[in-house]
Amino acid sequence: MTAPRSTPESTPQILPLELDGVCFDAGGNRLIKDISLRFEPGLRTVVIGPNGAGKSLFLRLCHGLLRPTQGSVRWQLGSSAARHQAMVFQRPVMLRRSVTANIDYALKLRKVPRRDRADIIDRVLQQTGLRRHADQPARVLSIGEQQKLALARAWALQPQVLFLDEPTASLDPAATHGVEEIIQAIHDAGTRIIMTTHDLGQARRLADEVIFINRGRILERAPAERFFEAQENDLARAFVRGELLWWHKGKDNRKQIPKPKEDI
Amino acid sequence: MTNFSDAFAAALGLVLSLDASLTEIVGLSLQVSLSAVAIAALIGLPVGAAIALFRFRGRFFIVVTVNALMGMPPVVVGLIVYLLLSRAGPFGVFGLLFTPTAMIVAQVLLVTPIIAALTRQVIEDLWIEYEEQMRSLGAGPGRAVPALLWDGRFTLITAILAGFGRASAEVGAVMIVGGNIDHVTRVMTTSIALEVSKGDLALALGLGMILLTLSASINAGAYLIQHSTKRWHA
Ligand SMILES: Nc1ncnc2c1ncn2[C@@H]1O[C@H](COP(=O)(O)OP(=O)(O)OP(=O)(O)O)[C@@H](O)[C@H]1O
Ligand SMILES: [Mg+2]
Repeated sequence: MTAPRSTPESTPQILPLELDGVCFDAGGNRLIKDISLRFEPGLRTVVIGPNGAGKSLFLRLCHGLLRPTQGSVRWQLGSSAARHQAMVFQRPVMLRRSVTANIDYALKLRKVPRRDRADIIDRVLQQTGLRRHADQPARVLSIGEQQKLALARAWALQPQVLFLDEPTASLDPAATHGVEEIIQAIHDAGTRIIMTTHDLGQARRLADEVIFINRGRILERAPAERFFEAQENDLARAFVRGELLWWHKGKDNRKQIPKPKEDI
Repeated sequence: MTNFSDAFAAALGLVLSLDASLTEIVGLSLQVSLSAVAIAALIGLPVGAAIALFRFRGRFFIVVTVNALMGMPPVVVGLIVYLLLSRAGPFGVFGLLFTPTAMIVAQVLLVTPIIAALTRQVIEDLWIEYEEQMRSLGAGPGRAVPALLWDGRFTLITAILAGFGRASAEVGAVMIVGGNIDHVTRVMTTSIALEVSKGDLALALGLGMILLTLSASINAGAYLIQHSTKRWHA
């Protein structure tokens, strides 16, 4: 299953990624608050937190789709780090073309020579179980299959870092299992995984480390085993136990007690 | 009403026998309108895509202008082109007035805004959907243009067909800049206008039938393209 990968000598490492005092404002609100951290190569990081906590914004800031209002996001290779990353979005974005052409276009944008593309496409379709759909229009696939295609497309790029934003949000248990296996295989082939999820079971299954975000702040970051054993942060504990966060008088959200669904 | 049914029978006869003067007129009409639409597409597709994807000063003004030009009356376009091409006008030296080229120029002006405006709409909607994925893959709006045009191809073809419909049906512009000269600039719409006023209903009706068939086929074609390709762009 493991794809042959380019050796570290041939492709320079874009990790570690360093965030320094990153803030992000939109619509007059501070949505991401002073995040500083470092992502080393190798692990699988799962970001959890309630709806509207800023998980998706956090991934977009890391990936470079958003610019921080303050602070900096630094990859080792600077601007050329972008082509060694990929992202799978919560709702798969499928081009109005065949399954094969969807992957081919991504490879073309990354300047993979035409003669190499067919093999890569064939391999990732095989690895994601989509080969029999190769010539179908991508948009007739079921959501679960589209999500697998999004993974196949990302995998074809052989990224050093793969961001996934709730990759199984609307999938049934079987499809979820399929997607988790693919994520695992991509990781086994050497890709750093940074993902979000609402599925704590999935976080337990996939995470090497957990980041808990609430109201735009990282409140806890810990190795998965330790995190699921005992959360140090009160809010993280409430979240993992399924207690409703706004009942909890954390210092970050005290003022919002009467308004349950207020977003940050 | 015998007059009418006689004329109708004669018209049918002209069409079915592929009458020489009739085919000449139809041929010129198609030549003028197809050339105009081809040129308008070459201008309108990239311009529409550019307006959709790039933010620049005066963009709002251009969007409004293009939309307004979509509804410009053909006689006004004809008048403008007439003034530009007439002897005293800025392009008078080329002696293009009352030639098929002048008619093509006028129709390009009529059709380009339609294609550009519809392209802008199509590409803008696609970009909203694709932007993050494209940027993630390394394509900003500039690099994404060919892909967006390709992915919007079925809707864009409908836009081009709409442009062709407008070009082949209009009479005001080609009448003014072409002059409806027999064997030179006489097209379907201008000869219908002429023959009716002369009282020769047969030729007018025959051309009318062809024009109607043409516009019906364009609409049927557009419909079929939209529906047979639904699974690609649903
Ligand atoms: N462009 C924007 N302008 C204004 N507010 C925004 C913008 N983008 C996101 N937000 C707000 O920022 C907050 C965080 O959004 P984000 O999508 O990161 O949440 P999330 O943790 O991913 O939530 P979910 O679990 O529901 O996906 C939300 O309250 C959202 O409304
Ligand atoms: Mg989200």
